[in-house]
Amino acid sequence: MACASPSKSGDELAGLAAGSAQEREAARQILADLPLSLFLEDLLIPYEADEVTRLIVDSHDAAAFAPVSGLSVGEFRDWLLGDGATAQALAALAPGLIPEMVAAVSKIMRVQDLVLVASKVEVVTRFRTTLGLRGRFSTRLQPNHPTDDPRGILASTLDGLMFGCGDAVIGVNPALDSVDSCVGLLRLLDGFRQRTGVPTQSCVLTHVTSTLEAIGRGAPVDLVFQSVAGTQAANSGFGIDLALLDEAHAAALELRRGAELGGVDLAGGSGDNVMYFETGQGSALSAGAHHSVDQGTLEARAYAVARRYRPLLVNTVVGFIGPEYLMGGKQIIRAGLEDHCCAKLLGLPMGCDICYTNHAEADSDDTDTLLTLLGAAGVTFIMGVPGADDIMLNYQSTSFHDAWYVRRMFDRPPAPEFAAWLEQVGLSRDGGLTLPGRAQMRGLLATAELGE
Amino acid sequence: MTDDLTPWAFLKEFTDARIALGRAGTSMPTRELLKFGAAHAAARDAVHVSADFGPLAGALSAAGEVVLQVHSRAADRAEYLRRPDLGRTLAPEALAGLEGHLPTDVVIVVADGLSAGALAHTGPLLSLLLPELRASGLSVGPIVLARQARVALGDPVARALGARLVLVLIGERPGLSSPDSLGAYLTFDPQPHTRDSARNCVSNIRPAGLDMRVAAWRLAHLTRQALRRELSGVQLKDEGGGPPPDFAHLPHG
Repeated sequence: MACASPSKSGDELAGLAAGSAQEREAARQILADLPLSLFLEDLLIPYEADEVTRLIVDSHDAAAFAPVSGLSVGEFRDWLLGDGATAQALAALAPGLIPEMVAAVSKIMRVQDLVLVASKVEVVTRFRTTLGLRGRFSTRLQPNHPTDDPRGILASTLDGLMFGCGDAVIGVNPALDSVDSCVGLLRLLDGFRQRTGVPTQSCVLTHVTSTLEAIGRGAPVDLVFQSVAGTQAANSGFGIDLALLDEAHAAALELRRGAELGGVDLAGGSGDNVMYFETGQGSALSAGAHHSVDQGTLEARAYAVARRYRPLLVNTVVGFIGPEYLMGGKQIIRAGLEDHCCAKLLGLPMGCDICYTNHAEADSDDTDTLLTLLGAAGVTFIMGVPGADDIMLNYQSTSFHDAWYVRRMFDRPPAPEFAAWLEQVGLSRDGGLTLPGRAQMRGLLATAELGE
Repeated sequence: MTDDLTPWAFLKEFTDARIALGRAGTSMPTRELLKFGAAHAAARDAVHVSADFGPLAGALSAAGEVVLQVHSRAADRAEYLRRPDLGRTLAPEALAGLEGHLPTDVVIVVADGLSAGALAHTGPLLSLLLPELRASGLSVGPIVLARQARVALGDPVARALGARLVLVLIGERPGLSSPDSLGAYLTFDPQPHTRDSARNCVSNIRPAGLDMRVAAWRLAHLTRQALRRELSGVQLKDEGGGPPPDFAHLPHG
């Protein structure tokens, strides 16, 4: 598997990468001839040693797998590209696929295959907004501030809303990890949401144990966030296991906040997607917990953890980890497309934090390229960071302007509830960006309670 | 004309984030595009420009400090970026230079890390920190200047010198708005495989970030606590806060 992977610095660091270009192609030919069903028998990480493996094996749906159970990895690629692999067929297949199968096929797919196959998949989730509908495209508004200053966070939030961003979530990465501070941020964002009336959800991206404690204190928690990885040992490094995630998922469901605005029956499965997960290639190796498995495969295994909880949102933070795992633009672009395609095949509402750090060999041209490709691939959401510069996390992501580029190029408006709100408050007209009248503008700006 | 499309510039007073940038159509206006490019160039140069330890070494020697220089096993910047393991280990020839010194309570390692520009802040920080530590009765020294170094390089340095605690001052990963940020990592009784959770960190030390005086006070406080309680990391809480009014002022205002 590792030898068949496209070149990545993290696999080289782990000593797993192919030694030459010819060795890589030979490994791909061997991989293409392996039966898909082999991955159910020949486990890359032992069942006894790893609870993620146990989750993958125990939750596999053999009936759903039946349509492709006789195929090799190479034949599976052909099947995915074929006309029979419709949105309905792929949705029905998802519970029958395990991460190792999709990771394997991704290694013999070209960029255009990763785009085309992912674009067929439709994964719809709902909290206060409905995300992932075909022809739609959403954004997480990310108004981080280096000291969690409430006025600074609201200033950035307002800037994003005026640009029509934030229908996936308004999500803050806190600079301070104390529960007190997170409860304060949750109240701040929820109060702002209620004053503006914007149909969206908020999230403070802190450790799941802090969110559980915040729930215990009665804080307005819409979504529970957690970073997840593809092995039990790597998750342990994050301070989590499946039992803890089960507990958090149950606690968030109990709050029943998702049905608030829509009034849709919870039993119908709407409004009860309450989890938000982030992932990224290299996290297991960086925790010394990779079991000599390549980073692309381990990333796909993280999606098995995520899908257990029917999350509202999942995204890979593809260029954040640094050049020792993904050297630069070419590797970041490839990894972002692999992650998106693998997650979609496994049935996740996949977004991408298209990003890079200043010590990687990447720049805005690379993020533009990946943004365009993911736009074509039907990415569920991207980040909206003021000016693409996150002044707290010190990396570059995508801007509100970047989101509009995708909207225009692919004619994809935001979630329907959010789009209706934008029209109603005068921020959008005929699908374009506009400014409301003076009085309405004053009202909107006043919602941040910052004064003028 | 782009400003007319984002008439909420007053919000800029509340954050350094790039808000109310205007728009050209719905795209980034030229002015902001170029500003972003210039900031990225500064951050890139901070990573790739070679650290100039000369002025710092000179100033420290003149002040009577013992200054040593070491190199990690990463030969150059390209290897340093790809191989974090090499940046954490000393070049074989560096070990010899660390022999023959008396053991101390605290050794300080100044590492280039990911921002050569951050080194400019180490001189002022040390001029506050060194007298404060010594006034507490601690033995401090030598000052070790380390090239192509990551935080964990401080561990073998401290072990070679027989120090009880190592303080690593290192250039942090530069952001667009903060190419010169200095981080300080404190480790009690460093071991060959010290976990990150056994270190304390004070970060974002720079003129526009955490004030030098506050940083020196916190580090002195953490160092004393770590040596007294014989631990560092998650069990040693940085309560934050600022120094009392009688704490040292910067020598040059």
